[in-house]
Amino acid sequence: MTIALAIARREIASYFYSPVAYVALALFLLACGYFFWGDFRPGAPVAMRSLFDQMVWLLVFIVPVLSMGLLASEWDRGTIESMMTAPVTESEVVVGKFLGAMGFFVVLLLPTLAYVAMLAIFGRVELGPLVSGYLGIVLVGMLYVSIGLFCSSLTRLQVIAAVSSAAVLALITIVPAFAARQALLPDFWRTVVRQLVFQRYSDFSRGVIDLGHVTFFLATSAVILFLTVKVLESRRWK
Amino acid sequence: MIEVHQLTKRYGPFVAVDGLSFSVAAGEIIGFLGPNGAGKSTTMKMLSCYLPATSGGASVAGFDIFHQSHAVRSQLGYLPENCPLYPEMKVTEYLDFRGRLRRMSRAERRSRIATVLDKCWLASVSGRLIGHLSKGFRQRVGLADALLHDPKVLILDEPTVGLDPTQIRETRKLITDLAGKHTVMLSTHILPEVEAVCSRLIVIAGGRVVAQGTPAELRDGRSAGRLLAEIKGTPDAVLAAVRAVPGVTSAAATHDHAGWVTVAISAPADLRETIIRSTLAAGLPLREMRSEKQTLEEFFVSVTAQQAVARDSVGGAA
Repeated sequence: MTIALAIARREIASYFYSPVAYVALALFLLACGYFFWGDFRPGAPVAMRSLFDQMVWLLVFIVPVLSMGLLASEWDRGTIESMMTAPVTESEVVVGKFLGAMGFFVVLLLPTLAYVAMLAIFGRVELGPLVSGYLGIVLVGMLYVSIGLFCSSLTRLQVIAAVSSAAVLALITIVPAFAARQALLPDFWRTVVRQLVFQRYSDFSRGVIDLGHVTFFLATSAVILFLTVKVLESRRWK
Repeated sequence: MIEVHQLTKRYGPFVAVDGLSFSVAAGEIIGFLGPNGAGKSTTMKMLSCYLPATSGGASVAGFDIFHQSHAVRSQLGYLPENCPLYPEMKVTEYLDFRGRLRRMSRAERRSRIATVLDKCWLASVSGRLIGHLSKGFRQRVGLADALLHDPKVLILDEPTVGLDPTQIRETRKLITDLAGKHTVMLSTHILPEVEAVCSRLIVIAGGRVVAQGTPAELRDGRSAGRLLAEIKGTPDAVLAAVRAVPGVTSAAATHDHAGWVTVAISAPADLRETIIRSTLAAGLPLREMRSEKQTLEEFFVSVTAQQAVARDSVGGAA
């Protein structure tokens, strides 16, 4: 674990040297600000429910930018060779990279606490849905980051890592959300769609912490991280 | 310290390393030599546990590279080819990170980083970003990283590539200082480097060992008995006189200028005195006689060329 933490620390530090991470951060906050501004008016409910729902969509495009370099740049620069010739296991590398990206993800969310403060100044905030909303966002972030990390492990080109992970994330988040609104959707597909990210997330933003949803996000992230470890190990099979 | 037994690496049908066997004793500095594509880097990647072998095996510092790779890697300092580094990190930051990966304590990291910064002449750039450093400095950061945990065995893939002559000299001195305490295996295709630094060398070509020994042995082993003599007379008379000397296996005129004929003489033993006596006795004046020393470079070219020819003919037959 100390090794994974050392890798995570290095990863977070390198985000702060990377212009791409700052651009992603700025875009995310700009869009959040815009959505919050739309809801923040007299008579509107003192809640962040619609902002949370929109964040889940925004992150489909923001997370791939943060995760694209995690392993792709290691392959590209060849630093994976010095990494793996130190007494370090593949799982330690993957967990470290994951924790590093999650660390920056939390940094991404911190400024949005300013909105909570503003709501608290102008109204009486209900704490429950806020806590469950943030918990849900972090869980969604874990799934997104692990998918991004997996895509980043498959290629040495960061652009390909970003585009492919954005495509996967859109397929499990945005597409089902639109599909669910179609009245003519067959029952089978309606069931499938309900299992995917957005339908699950909307419970969190309503203030419901469903243990089934928590398990879903944790388990899928774990499976994808496991697959990423296998991709790293696969250089030994060639 | 390093035992390699029938180590083989195939990439599909292409055989990069072909049944390589050699051993390196503790405290030796081994030069690993060969033309581009001979399998030097592949071998080093296998010994450093980055790539698995297709067949065969090896042990480093007494641990098997396949079954005990964790133990091997903690005993080993490895400088990969092209020296990959994180450009966004500062030199000390990077070394500190590497120390953490090796589970070194804070105090240990502090003292070892100070030592390697000093050893690798990096103190002046310790606070600079690696991305802003010149190639030579970056190479030394890689070297400092390889030395950080004071490893028993060092594997350095082209440690002096991209350095200027002064830096090359300093790096060689650094490596020579490591001898005795550390076992070093370095690859290069710069021949003077091998003579300056290595106690023994292993030449590979086409994934196989084609020669090994001390630099002097390899030079002399092939050139024993080749003499050049300048003798006055007609080529025929000179050659006849030389060939008449017992022990001479062959003689050929290489040059004929103003009555002086240069003859290349091959003989298993040192026949200089006998040849001088017999040519003078035949009435042919002799004004120069020297035994020809082959340079390491000529040796290298001849060995690797032979290997290439051998491989081509094998390929043609198949």
